[in-house]
Amino acid sequence: MLAGLARRASTGLAVVAGVVTLTFFLLRLAPGDPVALLVGPAATPAQIAAQRRVLELDRPLAVQYGAWLGRFARGEWGTSIATGRPVLALLAEAVPATLELVGLSLLLSYLLGVAVGAVQATAHRRVDTALSVATVTLFAVPGYWLGLMLVMVFTYWARALPAFGRAGLDSDFLSGGAWLADRLRHLVLPLTTLTLIGIGGAARFVRGAMLDVVGQPFVRTALAKGLAPFRVAQRHVARNALIPVVVLLGLSVPTLFSGAVFVEFVFAWPGVGRRLVEAVLARDYPVVMAATAVSAILVVVGNLVADALVGWIDPRIRHQTEAM
Amino acid sequence: MKRLLRDRRAIFGAGVLIVVVAAALAAPLVSTGDAAAQPDIVATRFLAPLATDARGAIHPLGTDRFGRDVWTRLVYGARVSLGVGTLAVLLAIAIGLAVGAVAGYWRGPVRSVLLAFTDFVLALPRVVLLLLLATLWRPSAALVILVLGVTGWMSVARLVQGEVRALAARPFVEGALALGLSRARILWRHILPNALTPVIVAAALGIGNAIMLEAGLSFLGLGVQPPTPSWGNMIASGRDTLVNAPWVAAAPGIALVLVVVACTLLGDALQDALNPMQRLRR
Repeated sequence: MLAGLARRASTGLAVVAGVVTLTFFLLRLAPGDPVALLVGPAATPAQIAAQRRVLELDRPLAVQYGAWLGRFARGEWGTSIATGRPVLALLAEAVPATLELVGLSLLLSYLLGVAVGAVQATAHRRVDTALSVATVTLFAVPGYWLGLMLVMVFTYWARALPAFGRAGLDSDFLSGGAWLADRLRHLVLPLTTLTLIGIGGAARFVRGAMLDVVGQPFVRTALAKGLAPFRVAQRHVARNALIPVVVLLGLSVPTLFSGAVFVEFVFAWPGVGRRLVEAVLARDYPVVMAATAVSAILVVVGNLVADALVGWIDPRIRHQTEAM
Repeated sequence: MKRLLRDRRAIFGAGVLIVVVAAALAAPLVSTGDAAAQPDIVATRFLAPLATDARGAIHPLGTDRFGRDVWTRLVYGARVSLGVGTLAVLLAIAIGLAVGAVAGYWRGPVRSVLLAFTDFVLALPRVVLLLLLATLWRPSAALVILVLGVTGWMSVARLVQGEVRALAARPFVEGALALGLSRARILWRHILPNALTPVIVAAALGIGNAIMLEAGLSFLGLGVQPPTPSWGNMIASGRDTLVNAPWVAAAPGIALVLVVVACTLLGDALQDALNPMQRLRR
């Protein structure tokens, strides 16, 4: 199992390296000059050239790439062209916010999604159809639009919840319970948005996985030898249906992260996704590259964790990777 | 086909899509005919749905902050959103078919390299890739089509690869070889037509996804540019007027959800109809 995981980890590393390389060359090949954006329309050609030299953008591509790779590996991610702040610090602030939002919504949408999917697979046909309509609709709702609608209802109409950011303006002066309450109030809307969308996908998948297992011969055997249907559902069906669900957990990390990009943007949530959008709009090369690399790393790690979980749940897969 | 006609999901999905496509095609007939018209920015701005303006013209979905008719923009936006989504999926399918056919038919290093590359692109977060590509050039509908196509072909390639591989081992392919047909001709005339079934399902699901992503890019200002209406940039413009004119953002969002639900249901129904083995397990 360890050998299998190591192989997976090296594949993951290759993905991250590929993303970083791709990002670097794509950004350099594209039209649009970050220096011109930085110094403004009134700058003289001499000023632009000087700024270009300061940012080392006048050197050959291969040299820039080599230098950037070396610095990237050492953790020197440069300074943001747009804000003048160190990229590492910018992203170090952003990663916890994204992990908080994505992690919690992954947990919630899976717990609720598995529950809904399991009910669908076992309940009456009518219930199943009604829930199917609901999950397909949730699955089709764009996160940023759902976010806007929730803001309209809960912020503008009900005036109950804040719509922007991770903390109130006075958060530095709050302490203990008040501080926590402020944080939670800011978390409610973005988390609800992301979770609702996640439930749709998870429930659809769990329903399919459970129905696949229900048709298997060992379920009939278990029922035939007189086990209670609830016990069969719990011990035999759920356990086997869990395997594809955990695989999906890993696969849905990129999707969820993609959703988080839009949701963070709408709610001004100070995470990696919002930083990425801002940097992309400003052609802030160092931040774009680092944010892309960080998202690739988050996704690859998510997949690795899911692989490890699958091996842990299913001994067959564990031994398979050992034999290979 | 019979099975499909009895499937309520297929009927609903196809029905919604037919109505939306018809409205988009007949846009000049069912609306005021000019999506950018600002008759009187003071008198007709922020009219509520079903309101009548000073000149007696009715606005079924109200007007936005420039006094533009939301219903008109919605049906003209449908042209853009559906068109971009469809073309993007066609491009993705073309790339996926080419990669999948080659990887499935030619054994050895070609297959390994192509499959490894497919897996690599599949492992990237698609929105991150989209954001990168969409900002490289001046935003336009053509760029969105290109970018969505280039990031959406992987699942088609994997499906086609599997089908082609299975078909290449069948007796009728051996027969064609024995008749002296060239490998390219066998692939094009005998194998590919038989490998298209899963592609149909992927296309139905893919169009919904592509429409949603187009809207997302346009919402961020990286896709179709105003004043050309697209459902995404309509939602973005409604974002600023959520308080006094919520219908500006609500209407295109509801249209978007309806179309994506329709595509998903149609795709699911097609999957069941074309793949009886899977249904038997129920």
